[in-house]
Amino acid sequence: MITYEFLQKYWWFVMSLLGGLLVFLMFVQGGQSMLGSLSRKEDEKKLLVNTLGRKWEYTFTTLVVFGGAFFAAFPLFYSTSFGGAYWVWMIMLFSFVLQAVSYEFQSKPGNIFGPTTYRILLFLNGLIGTFLLGIIVASFFTGSEFTVGKGNIAGLGESGIVISQWQNPLMGLELLGNFRNISLGLAIFFLARTLASLFFINRLNHKTLEKRSHSFVIYNGIPFVVFFLVFLIWTLIAEGYAVNPQTGEVYLENMKYLNNFIEMPIVGVLFLLGVVSVLYGIINTIINSKFKKGIWFAGVGTVITVTMLLLVTGFNNTAYYPSSVDLQSSLTIYNSSSSYFTLSVMSVVSLFIPIVIAYIVFAWRSLEKKKIGLKEIETDGHSY
Amino acid sequence: MDFLLNAATVNWSRGQFALTAMYHWIFVPLTIGLALIMAIMESVYVRTGDEKWKNISKFWQKLFGINFAIGIATGIILEFQFGTNWSNYSWFVGDIFGAPLAIEGIVAFFLEATFVSVMFFGWNRVSKGVHLLSTWMVFLGAVLSALWILIANAWMQYPVGMQFNPDTVRNEMVDFWAVALSPVAINKFLHTVFASLAVGASFVVGISAWYLLKKRHIDFSLKSIKLASIIGLITFVMLAYTGDGSAYEVSQKQPMKLAAMEGLYEGKEGAGLIMIGMLNPAKQSYDDNVDPYVFKLEIPKLLSLLGYRDLNAFVPGIKDIVDGGYTLQDGTTALSFEERKARGELAIKALADYQVAKKAEKEALNTGNSGAASIAAASAANHEIILRENYAHFGYGYLETGEDLIPDVPLTFYSFHIMVMIGMYFILFFIVVLYFLYKKDLRKTKWLLYVALWSIPLPYISGQLGWIVAEVGRQPWTIQDILPVDVAASALAPGHVITTFVMFALIFTALLIAAVTIMVKQIKKGPEGVVLESGTEIEG
Repeated sequence: MITYEFLQKYWWFVMSLLGGLLVFLMFVQGGQSMLGSLSRKEDEKKLLVNTLGRKWEYTFTTLVVFGGAFFAAFPLFYSTSFGGAYWVWMIMLFSFVLQAVSYEFQSKPGNIFGPTTYRILLFLNGLIGTFLLGIIVASFFTGSEFTVGKGNIAGLGESGIVISQWQNPLMGLELLGNFRNISLGLAIFFLARTLASLFFINRLNHKTLEKRSHSFVIYNGIPFVVFFLVFLIWTLIAEGYAVNPQTGEVYLENMKYLNNFIEMPIVGVLFLLGVVSVLYGIINTIINSKFKKGIWFAGVGTVITVTMLLLVTGFNNTAYYPSSVDLQSSLTIYNSSSSYFTLSVMSVVSLFIPIVIAYIVFAWRSLEKKKIGLKEIETDGHSY
Repeated sequence: MDFLLNAATVNWSRGQFALTAMYHWIFVPLTIGLALIMAIMESVYVRTGDEKWKNISKFWQKLFGINFAIGIATGIILEFQFGTNWSNYSWFVGDIFGAPLAIEGIVAFFLEATFVSVMFFGWNRVSKGVHLLSTWMVFLGAVLSALWILIANAWMQYPVGMQFNPDTVRNEMVDFWAVALSPVAINKFLHTVFASLAVGASFVVGISAWYLLKKRHIDFSLKSIKLASIIGLITFVMLAYTGDGSAYEVSQKQPMKLAAMEGLYEGKEGAGLIMIGMLNPAKQSYDDNVDPYVFKLEIPKLLSLLGYRDLNAFVPGIKDIVDGGYTLQDGTTALSFEERKARGELAIKALADYQVAKKAEKEALNTGNSGAASIAAASAANHEIILRENYAHFGYGYLETGEDLIPDVPLTFYSFHIMVMIGMYFILFFIVVLYFLYKKDLRKTKWLLYVALWSIPLPYISGQLGWIVAEVGRQPWTIQDILPVDVAASALAPGHVITTFVMFALIFTALLIAAVTIMVKQIKKGPEGVVLESGTEIEG
């Protein structure tokens, strides 16, 4: 018999995995943020744009599915975070709106704003998309200022009819005032750029860009590691949002997230393996100029690391979306999920995911048999 | 209710949703419509090996790509806006509404995104067969995406397959297939997909007509027109058929919308369908006894027939629906607005009382006072009974007067009638085009080529009008009878929403201008331009 609790945990795992995949696929954004610095000549820029342009839809679609799945599985998060941290989400989404047209439009004749405008938009998406995603993920550990009152809609609320209410008038922008949030935002930004550099080393058929990408692994890999360690160590020793399984009461517990890693050893070990894999991909690329598979180690490592990080926010009696102003309003995977029935339906739907992965792998492989150089852009039938 | 949301927040949120949805709907229909035409053309190429068909499909694919990108750009905001601007809605019905959105992502978006890259970049990297399959998958992905989002939309208009849970204070899904296969959803899906194919068909015919006028790409244009005209005629006939189905569903499930579509204030048996009419601007209220029409031309009894499949059926007007008292299809007497409002208020109060009683029960249990706990539990059970008995009227409890129940009649009325006229026009148009194509020489029929060119915007307009009928016509509801817009939005100060509204208005307008200028340039370059640009063979 599949229990409600099992489904809630299963869907938290699915969300964590989607989050992990999303952060990995943000290498596209990382690459966009380097268009102006990694490439110098026009044909180099064109090559980078076209190399990333064949992948951007995967990141974009994963973001959309991440949102849709959150809505279906944990609708209270959807209504609380999106409706509350309004500006963080809106600015981030706005940057994705700009991204969606920027590849297709930039080199087309009749494009009235000129290619440079679209490349600036790609840069902005690269910067904002990664940084703000990091801010939001960090708030799963640091908390946000909101209250939830399900009776509000029936007139029981003191401050109006809306169930989820954000208590800070900056509507999410206040999250930028927390240095722990900022450090994860910067870590994801530099991680995306590191991954992009590794991706270019793997994919490009262009000596100069390949060489420069090697240097970029160092320039971005170091700040990534620094900011990530700041966030990680701070988070492991900080108080975390724990839930009393008997009463459902939320309280602050010392070193909650460290305890979670220890109390869920599989998650802890996988997390460490993920981190090691990322570091191996980066360091081996730096010291061995012939090593081109760094993206796979760092990519898989990123997926595992982020998945495990998100798991510790929801599992082991933890509130994954904590409220720092009213602990009892914090969201747990139990009080914010969809019903048993809906989670069951969605679990059946999730069986499609392996099929989706299978055809993505098929498409990716068939398009990536050859590396990409300037010649391929001209002959593949569609270029940006 | 004195605790409703700020009206400015609600109005700007509605405006922002309408803005993004309308921009989105400029691009999506052409994406779906062109995808089918490209896929058929490429199939002919693969079957015959005739390179001309490959080049034709590549040309339309180029225009598809421009549209596709901006369709995605406008689409992402739509999804997230349910959370950002309709926070209460997201919790109150997220248990049902979220599922189709997630399914859309998993089943449709990845299919589209994955195969679109094979379609664009795979001409020299995959086999002909795999490429053709990819093009068809892009079409399938687009159609599946439409299916799931329209299932979601249909559920808002006709909420089925759910039950209210007073503990979680939300509606919960109890029957997935009732949601997915509701007659409103199926009809809406078919009507919308045919509308999209219609846009694609008239676009291809119009652009090709322009080439014929310029005496360029004669063979390309005639081939394109032939295929697109056949698709166009079929789709517009199917639009009329599914439109009839939609009107029937509206009559049954949203009688107020039907009344607004027809400007029908006083219901009657054997009601006629207005062919053309003008509303009387002097009419200010539903019960001021002012004649609602300046003039009208109607076909007798047709509205009764279309709405209820019976020439003499009673079609309730706006006044009847507000005042109640007429006999419903199931033989019961319709409740008035005031009665429904009273029952809605009862339901809302019962929900509040239930919550209070449940809290008392929990506290009593915590303190070990089992006597008080069982009294509270019994009280909660009573409140739950009252809530369930009146839940069908829940949303009415938030409304003030009967006027709140009435959508914008002129906007709904004119949108509906202009949409229908455009649809009828196109059936005739495609018959004439096909006649000249097969029986005469279309190349020399300049007037018709001009008509074809200038007809390109019309299906876009009718598509927008169709959505206005669907969405304005159902006001004040986000969820029919259950949740009015005033209760559905997020707790945002109006300034935030106004700012994002302006941001989106500016950027979408700028992107629309860019998309149109790029498209025009591509069209002017013509098919050779595309082939030359992609570095492959040049059309003979």
